[in-house]
Amino acid sequence: MLTLTHFLVLSAIVFSISIAGVFINRKNIIILLMCVELMLLAVNTNFIAFSHYLNDTAGQVFVFFILTVAAAEAAIGLAILVVLFRNKRTINVEELDSLKG
Amino acid sequence: METIVFYVFSAFMVLSALMVITVNNPVRAAFFLVLTFFASAAIWLLLEAEFLAVILIIVYVGAVMVLFLFVVMMLDINIAELKAGFVKNLPLAVLVALAMFGTILFVVVGGDQFGIDNFAPPARHAADYSNISELGQLLYTEYVYSFEIAAVILLVGIIAAISLTLRRRPNTRHQKVEEQVAVKSEDRLRVVKLEPHARKEERK
Repeated sequence: MLTLTHFLVLSAIVFSISIAGVFINRKNIIILLMCVELMLLAVNTNFIAFSHYLNDTAGQVFVFFILTVAAAEAAIGLAILVVLFRNKRTINVEELDSLKG
Repeated sequence: METIVFYVFSAFMVLSALMVITVNNPVRAAFFLVLTFFASAAIWLLLEAEFLAVILIIVYVGAVMVLFLFVVMMLDINIAELKAGFVKNLPLAVLVALAMFGTILFVVVGGDQFGIDNFAPPARHAADYSNISELGQLLYTEYVYSFEIAAVILLVGIIAAISLTLRRRPNTRHQKVEEQVAVKSEDRLRVVKLEPHARKEERK
């Protein structure tokens, strides 16, 4: 029998994996963006699990909006990445230190 | 039966998520991310969120991941340089991930609010139950303003992405559409009055 805890633990595992991914791929912005997508996926799974077990469709509406915003974020993030690569010829995070502050 | 399906797809999801963060090649990472999305779409189907599972595949696998692949292939990246420090950061990453996982488990399983006993699976809906119509009714009545804001966010995303990456090179030849439309016949056709050739006998 599947309980709510099954789904919550699964999304906790995926979320932890993506946090580990942020730490071990600190230089590659593309992998960092993928890890962010993975985190959003884990959170969305949580929302849907709660929506199913509480019998409330509002959770699915939230997932709908999160998907919308995540798609816009990925598009803008990748556009910034392309402009960055065009200007600096690198996507290494450690070389992106020209901003003085 | 459902339990078997759940475990198979969660194994797929966790393993491919692990591959996403460990493989060298960003293209492979993108493909493993696609596999993760597919597995989680199956999990969402188990949770009776059919519309969102389909949307996940269409929007994420079909659009966002293709965008990722395009960007990865367009950029000329030195992978070896980016992978440096992978081993050095590994213990810290494992530590933080385990701490995060332990914290979430403590809240989810150890707490009183989301314990195993509290939430038994609800009864399955009938076969003619439509997830889409229920979601649509909620979306167009109660959440209609948020829906419009989401539309505006997508519009902003389109404009931002285009204006960021648009560049005009000075020495390329562009079509000037407004001049082409406003053209008149006098601009194209020039009537030239030529003197008739002199006759042969006059030339003599």
